[in-house]
Amino acid sequence: MFDPQTLPLIFASLMGLSILLYVVLDGFDLGVGLLFPFATEAERDRMIASIGPFWDANETWLVLAIGLLLVAFPAAHGAILTALYLPVAVMLIGLILRGVAFEFRAKAPVAHKRPWDAAFWAGSLMTALSQGFMLGLYIMGLRWGWAEIAFASLTAVALAVAYSFIGAGWTILKTDGALQIKAVTWARGGIWGVVLGMGAVSVATPLVSPRIFDKWFRFPEIVALAPLPMMSGLLVALLWLSLRRLPTRDDSFAWFPFAGAVTLMVLGFFGMAYSFYPYIVPDRLTIWQAASSTEALTIILVGTLFVLPVILCYTVLAYVIFRGKATKLSYV
Amino acid sequence: MDTLLLSRIQFGANISFHILFPTITIALGWVLLFFKLRFQITGAQKWMDLYLFWVKVFALSFALGVVSGITMSFQFGTNWPGFMETVGNIAGPLLAYEVLTAFFLEAVFLGIMLFGAARVPVWVHTLATFLVAFGTTMSAFWIIVLNSWMHTPAGYELRDGVVHAIDWFAIVFNPSMPYRLAHMLLASGLTVAFLIAGLSAYRALRGDRDPATATGLRFGVILGALLIPVQIVAGDMHGLNTLEHQPQKVAAMEANWETRGNVPLVLFALPDETLRENRFELAIPSMASVILKHDPAGVVPGLNDFVAADGSALHPPVAPVFWSFRVMVGTGVAMLGLSWLGAALLWRRGADALPRPYLHALTAMTFAGWIATLAGWYTTEIGRQPWLVQGVLTTEAAVGDVAGGMVLSSLLAYLAVYVLLLAAYIGALFHLARKGSVFPAAPALQPAE
Repeated sequence: MFDPQTLPLIFASLMGLSILLYVVLDGFDLGVGLLFPFATEAERDRMIASIGPFWDANETWLVLAIGLLLVAFPAAHGAILTALYLPVAVMLIGLILRGVAFEFRAKAPVAHKRPWDAAFWAGSLMTALSQGFMLGLYIMGLRWGWAEIAFASLTAVALAVAYSFIGAGWTILKTDGALQIKAVTWARGGIWGVVLGMGAVSVATPLVSPRIFDKWFRFPEIVALAPLPMMSGLLVALLWLSLRRLPTRDDSFAWFPFAGAVTLMVLGFFGMAYSFYPYIVPDRLTIWQAASSTEALTIILVGTLFVLPVILCYTVLAYVIFRGKATKLSYV
Repeated sequence: MDTLLLSRIQFGANISFHILFPTITIALGWVLLFFKLRFQITGAQKWMDLYLFWVKVFALSFALGVVSGITMSFQFGTNWPGFMETVGNIAGPLLAYEVLTAFFLEAVFLGIMLFGAARVPVWVHTLATFLVAFGTTMSAFWIIVLNSWMHTPAGYELRDGVVHAIDWFAIVFNPSMPYRLAHMLLASGLTVAFLIAGLSAYRALRGDRDPATATGLRFGVILGALLIPVQIVAGDMHGLNTLEHQPQKVAAMEANWETRGNVPLVLFALPDETLRENRFELAIPSMASVILKHDPAGVVPGLNDFVAADGSALHPPVAPVFWSFRVMVGTGVAMLGLSWLGAALLWRRGADALPRPYLHALTAMTFAGWIATLAGWYTTEIGRQPWLVQGVLTTEAAVGDVAGGMVLSSLLAYLAVYVLLLAAYIGALFHLARKGSVFPAAPALQPAE
């Protein structure tokens, strides 16, 4: 029913979509966690309320992404995850702490609330740093040398800053008053980290891989690709301008920092995807070499084509139901 | 230390921690739907109070289940790459269907169920509650399908050492699936019944006269009393199914070494694998034959039939399987006694006048379902060894090439986190029970007119 040449391509795209959705969606709620130390207790409650209905579903995109890697590219799954054993373990413990602290801070005795807030922050930080670290190692071809670790440490910090930035954008969108003003100052600080981080990754990636260098800088591709960095630059400039004027009196453009951050992440993602295609394990395994059997992929694809649109619909529905400024979380 | 052993301990620790929470949420989702519908039909506040109390427990349990479940999905790759490389063509689609049909459904509608009551019409909120319950059950379905297939693989063929699917109907409805699914869903129901009864008894002991406490007590005891006989029948059928497909597991459960008739039911023994016999055996003559073959002379397979030519065992380690099985059955018998006694007391005295010793016993049994469920899973999973997929892949062949030290460090980190979280979870549940069902705001949900 499906051609063995196109199936791995479809699954790589689906996996890419899941990763992108994960980075954007869990990115903002991890970012909110990262900003916790800068907020007062009442502000923390409000920030938690803004992500409460969403974080769980956001995290599910990671499960889908890893699931697709597992089912569609089993050879790559083993190679990538065993190479990233320790950062994966750190990330998982971070995700555990973050997810449960969210519930415990509201349900455990009041005296335990501060420690759980600390756990929420620590879990978010562990998750963000380890994901950034894995991204760096992946770019460097999954090798564990000192240079690679140094670069991965840089991307770890860069991703944590990027998550904080998108988290600040989310807070600007979902809150008002003093917290919103505070979030604007967070975003003003964060944007320079984002520029630095994206810049470092964009410069380093072609330098470490001649293949990627060639993909970006040969003619005529360079002409077709030029809009990507130009759009990113323009977006950063617009973000910077908007952050100087926010918050506005009538709350107009409160959506812009979040939307801008999301767009930047999407652009960065496509740049990355272009660099690595057609490899799934950099310079070792292509998506065709790593793909499962055609029958297995077909049976998953049939289900995915039916179910994924439904999932996207009810995800949008949830964001519509909880639109507007975050209010106090209540079960009634 | 040895990577295989450490990886097994790590996976065992992770999945033991994980299963505690789905065991609660699978049944609690439906119980919440029941409470909510009762409130909408009767308009009695106590049902809303029960819903509002247990929805908190649900949210907490759900979060713990989600985060510990994510850990599992990564460990397939980090520790057991051989599993997906060999049976990925079957395990992959089953896991993918779980994510697609269950995880997103649960996760998205949980948000609406927990925080959306004031933002959506009552029927949408009820629908969200239903979809969350449905999602958790679907999730259990797919995982049990995969797990059962690992015990009783069907509908596949091996080509070049890799499993390929040939009949998906046979794969999904593999021989042990219906029994295992029924057994697990009932286990979840019983776990929740005793959890509700136990925490309500704890509140009653503290002098809580809230109508919701008495109703919760009655609900938990009656649910337990209704489910336990069904579970005993389902468990028996599951055991007979195992006897047919994995006789070596049943032989280990019964610590029966020789294939013979008139096999006694061993109540106590120290199975010794070097001597290949039981020490200090206390047994009821011919009873195992009666249970397993419904005939005192029935021939039951023994462990000595499962020894390779070189003398190595092709059966699971006997003592852990034997003892896990006894812990499970023992807990089940205690559940039977306590819930039926409770039903009789409720009949004669009502939920407000249960004797204090009985309430203490219920409180002590709050987490009895966890003990029985874990013991049951240890019986069946250790009982599958040395196989990971029965007859297809051994556990040893699936383990990843990761340094033992790395596995040890991640294992210690997980264990520290799990001990902390388990203590926090149990503490939070009793803390919520002490706070009782007093809510500051009037409920926004109104009964349907």
